[in-house]
Amino acid sequence: MSTKEKTFWWIGGLLIVVYAMFPIAWIISLSFKAPADLTNGSFLPTDATWQNYALILTGDASSLFLPALRNSFGIVLIATALASLLSMFAAYAIARLDFRGKRLILSTALGVAIFPVISIVTPLFNLWRNIGLYDTWPGLIIPYLSLTLPISIWTMSAFFREIPWEMEQAAQVDGATSWQAFRKVIVPLAAPGVFTTAIIAFFIAWNDFVYGISLTSTQTARPVPAALGLFTGASQFEEPTGAISAAAVVVTVPVVILVLVFQRRIVAGLTNGAVKG
Amino acid sequence: MSTVITPPGQKAPPQPTAARGGSSDRARSEQRLGWLLAGPAFAVMLLVTAYPILQAVFDSLFDYRLTDPENRSFTGLSNYWVVLTDRIWWVSLAVTLFITVVTVAVELVLGFGLAIVMNKALSTIRPVVRAAILIPYAVITVVSAFAWQFAFDINSGFVNGWLGLGEFDWFGGTWSSLFVVCVAEIWKTTPFISLLLLAGLAQVPEVLQEAARVDGASWWQRLTKVTIPNMKAAIMVALLFRSLDAFRVFDSIFVMTAGANNTETVSFLAYRQTISRLEIGLGSAVSVLLFLCVVLICVLFIKGFKVDLGAARGE
Repeated sequence: MSTKEKTFWWIGGLLIVVYAMFPIAWIISLSFKAPADLTNGSFLPTDATWQNYALILTGDASSLFLPALRNSFGIVLIATALASLLSMFAAYAIARLDFRGKRLILSTALGVAIFPVISIVTPLFNLWRNIGLYDTWPGLIIPYLSLTLPISIWTMSAFFREIPWEMEQAAQVDGATSWQAFRKVIVPLAAPGVFTTAIIAFFIAWNDFVYGISLTSTQTARPVPAALGLFTGASQFEEPTGAISAAAVVVTVPVVILVLVFQRRIVAGLTNGAVKG
Repeated sequence: MSTVITPPGQKAPPQPTAARGGSSDRARSEQRLGWLLAGPAFAVMLLVTAYPILQAVFDSLFDYRLTDPENRSFTGLSNYWVVLTDRIWWVSLAVTLFITVVTVAVELVLGFGLAIVMNKALSTIRPVVRAAILIPYAVITVVSAFAWQFAFDINSGFVNGWLGLGEFDWFGGTWSSLFVVCVAEIWKTTPFISLLLLAGLAQVPEVLQEAARVDGASWWQRLTKVTIPNMKAAIMVALLFRSLDAFRVFDSIFVMTAGANNTETVSFLAYRQTISRLEIGLGSAVSVLLFLCVVLICVLFIKGFKVDLGAARGE
């Protein structure tokens, strides 16, 4: 490749980084603007201030934001764990066993994945009110399984298919008990796939807005995206822009760190399920 | 070309096990173990989708308001009649289709460009580029919607200043509102498409490129005659998944316009009928219609464009 060509692709790569970071940089910049500075019409704050962060973490808006943060983490982690557990068994069966109905299970997962979420919300809204699951953690964990299970099953089956399962027998021939063979050979081989799938499932549930806003009404169960959508200013005349930006940064930063640390695996996981990478 | 979905578990053609004679104990126990392991996941998936949609079909046949539950009465298909004869439904359908077509078309072109750059990017910066491209994917849709809304906002935004538009109110009209919604959607979901296309790009045999180059094909000819035809399957899968996803657009609309100025989408209409107005009957009818639209898009893709989900994975 000539130097000119190299420079060309280098600039292309740089443009992608700018493309990806631009709105993030903007919302970070916005979160450091003081209320009077919000309308200065420029990208950067005149004087950076922490007061928006103080507002959502210790101030007036903290009673809205902190419970939402706790709800989001709790509900999403439980839903991810449940989905990972269920799909681990299913993916093992799909990758290793020969049984009728395998196709049915995978087609069902695909069907559930393309299902319009709002079509599920309408009946659940009514049912949850009747059986007391409305505005509770389980009331969100259960529907979150519809978001996390299909992708978990597909991604994990794709990962499990790549595992050299013969190594289990090889270890047993070498004198390992079947438990040892499983723990020392299969678990280390399967763990990366399970872990990657769990991260992707976590992103999907963490991103949910439709269920969050429709099936909760108070801070007992309302997750962060829904709380952000319903944020209002301290008074009727004050725009909540600064507080929303600060809250957005707080919930975005951990996810961005996760992405940066595990980018290689996430790319493999995302493309494995749909297109063989 | 077949239209079957080949599951990832099947590398070799499935061997008939229990079918042959059906007497093999091993095959039967494998059958049982298979369902024992996969059954719970399967049951949960059915429980959280099949049951609600059937309930929605049932509810849609009633005149049923939560504020007046005593007067629930069976009305047959009249809810559908009410929805389908109302201009609101057709406007929201048109808006949804507009957003779907515009975002998916732009994302395909942009995503293809990003995939080519990532494919060519030197190994020194490739990890950086690949990590960066994942960021929009990982950012919550609501956060992305807010970021773009604030950027275009007449008070807090910088876009008007940068473009010298003065006091232009982007959220004051239908088309300018939809433009901003599309920008936010495109930013957020292009990375997903570009990663799928990148995987497809890696499957195009280098030998073909070389041969075309030797034969004197230009860069453009190689792209349109060699690269694209060879990754048609990957493109189609990316298109199908993104179209279905785009058709469900809800979060950005809720945050940015809340349906003002005729920017309501079908998902938002269903939400507003059920959750805000507590019209369970009408809301269910909209939900069922939305579901049918998604099924229709799927069928169109699979039958019309002959999308082969199995071939897309190179099997």
